Amino acid sequence: MEKFTKLNTTAVPLPMEDIDTDQIIPARFLKATTREGFGDNLFRDWRYNQDDSPKDFILNNKTYSGEILVAGKNFGCGSSREHAAWALYDYGFRVVVSSFFADIFKGNALNNGLLPITVSPEFLNDLFLSIEQNPKTDVIVDLEAQRITILDNGKSEDFEIDPYKKMCLINGYDDIDYLISKKDKIEAFEKTQVIF
Amino acid sequence: MKKTLFDKIWEQHIVDTVDGGRNILYIDKHFIHEVTSPQAFAGLEKRGVPLFRKEKIVATADHNVPTLNQHLPIVDPLSRTQVNTLIENCEKFGIELYGLGHQYQGIVHVIGPELGITRPGMTIVCGDSHTSTHGAFGSIAFGIGTSQVEQVMTTQCLLLQKPKRMRITIDGELQNGVLSKDIILYILSKLTASGGTGYFIEYAGSTIRSLSMEARMTICNMSIEMGARGGLIAPDEKTFDYIRGRKFAPQGDKFDEAVAHWKTLFTDEDAEFDKEYHFQAEDIAPMVTYGTNPGMGIKINEAIPAPVDLGNTKSYDKSLEYMNFKTGNSLIGQKVNYVFIGSCTNSRIEDLRLVADFVNGKSKAENTTVWIVPGSKQVQLQAQKEGLDKIFEAAGFELREPGCSACLGMNEDKIPKGEYCISTSNRNFEGRQGPGARTILASPLMAAATAVMGEIVDVRSLL
Repeated sequence: MEKFTKLNTTAVPLPMEDIDTDQIIPARFLKATTREGFGDNLFRDWRYNQDDSPKDFILNNKTYSGEILVAGKNFGCGSSREHAAWALYDYGFRVVVSSFFADIFKGNALNNGLLPITVSPEFLNDLFLSIEQNPKTDVIVDLEAQRITILDNGKSEDFEIDPYKKMCLINGYDDIDYLISKKDKIEAFEKTQVIF
Repeated sequence: MKKTLFDKIWEQHIVDTVDGGRNILYIDKHFIHEVTSPQAFAGLEKRGVPLFRKEKIVATADHNVPTLNQHLPIVDPLSRTQVNTLIENCEKFGIELYGLGHQYQGIVHVIGPELGITRPGMTIVCGDSHTSTHGAFGSIAFGIGTSQVEQVMTTQCLLLQKPKRMRITIDGELQNGVLSKDIILYILSKLTASGGTGYFIEYAGSTIRSLSMEARMTICNMSIEMGARGGLIAPDEKTFDYIRGRKFAPQGDKFDEAVAHWKTLFTDEDAEFDKEYHFQAEDIAPMVTYGTNPGMGIKINEAIPAPVDLGNTKSYDKSLEYMNFKTGNSLIGQKVNYVFIGSCTNSRIEDLRLVADFVNGKSKAENTTVWIVPGSKQVQLQAQKEGLDKIFEAAGFELREPGCSACLGMNEDKIPKGEYCISTSNRNFEGRQGPGARTILASPLMAAATAVMGEIVDVRSLL
């Protein structure tokens, strides 16, 4: 996993609520056996018509770009497909900001170096407004300090992150490295366990 | 200390606790399928670590598989590659596979219970969000991402923050024509698509107790649609009776020993939940969804409501525009050309029996195409044994071969653009059943009634 410490970039606004993982990456594109290449089909049916011509969608609008996606509440609901996190990352996003994330998506994102930041509904609204007013406004994400700042107006907010997950992101570690180091304990547990 | 059922099972599986409170949780059973496992197997090889406990994994092919001519090679080259990759990986790592052509093949959440693999008190995971289905047996079962599939493959454990506990109690007697699917769609309409996020739900109350195991599975199945990681129901005599004698269930004395343990799995009186809801069964009617998330449901006799948040109607407007519905509309009389009866929510033998019982002597409307996709080979064979296939055939309903099918349209079973489909599946997301398809979620009875009438009806008027 790539390390993540600090990011300073413009952001792409997607002010829809309940964006499910079927929208992020439709099921018919889950047929690959590797993790790469899903970015091409990120938000496929919102981005393209069936004849592959582009639709009027934010990712097709050259005014907006950057490594941060800002979305409405309950982002990533639905299917557990990790392909959603892979697609966002592969497209070039490193951070998703919302006022509320679905559990499985959040976990999947963190396991792939994609930082989900939960902000207050007020700050989310500020963020949407700031980007609308100036699409080139920079947003700074400081993971160490757990703080997100809108450069244009200086508004900022602290965000929560599980300390263990923070350590993983900063160092580029993943859960498997950690769990493998606990093999002895796991084997000892198995000796005591009865499964009916 | 009074404990909930969830606490008891969770605590029995804690290997260790990490700084910050995360638990290393031991996983008893791991189901895998062709879509979310290949990258995990590749990950193992890349790291050069072995598969830790192959005997705790069961594999099947379900998401991609065709539902016609399963004896022939899969036509779609990408689907074929994915299914073949699963076969190769299972061979290489020594994993039990119930692939195409195997008598136990089927949707992963249908075969686990029917083979007696799913049992009370277990921790069960699968790279599929509807793993919550298995909670109907009083187990902690939940969907995971592919990185976690790899974690379980390497260590049989997951590193997790314990979810909060919610209890939803439903008491009373259901009206005629109201099924467990209606119960969960009703709960969803009250709690919304995010109302369960961060929680693990226990379903309780006299109504839940009165339901069969298969009906309970339908409820637990859709826990994820509220954002909950999973849902569970305390095991009882119905649970034990269901498991008794199944292929992989404990047999003889072992079974009695197991039942003795399973009887300890209940929520202590006065145990505390982080959140509680109570509903009355009599208030529930046949349900239909009108929008593009499963929380957007109404009773069949209700009109489409105005958005809850009048200050921000963007998502609501987009949803109704996609469905081509308007606030205040009733769905009764809505012409529907496609009917899908299947998916891990409603594809079990009881679902098929209900549908057959309803359509016996009737036939489908001229405008409807009706697909019945059994949840497993066992369900298909049982339906044939009972002659349900003959009833379906006479009614013009097409009984296909098992798989996930039109629930997510990964195979050829897609609903055309702009068409409505009344579906017994679990998600009405945009494009879920095919690009531009419009999904209306409902019970198998409502779907069968629509198939016969060619438009949406209140099934109670036909009973």
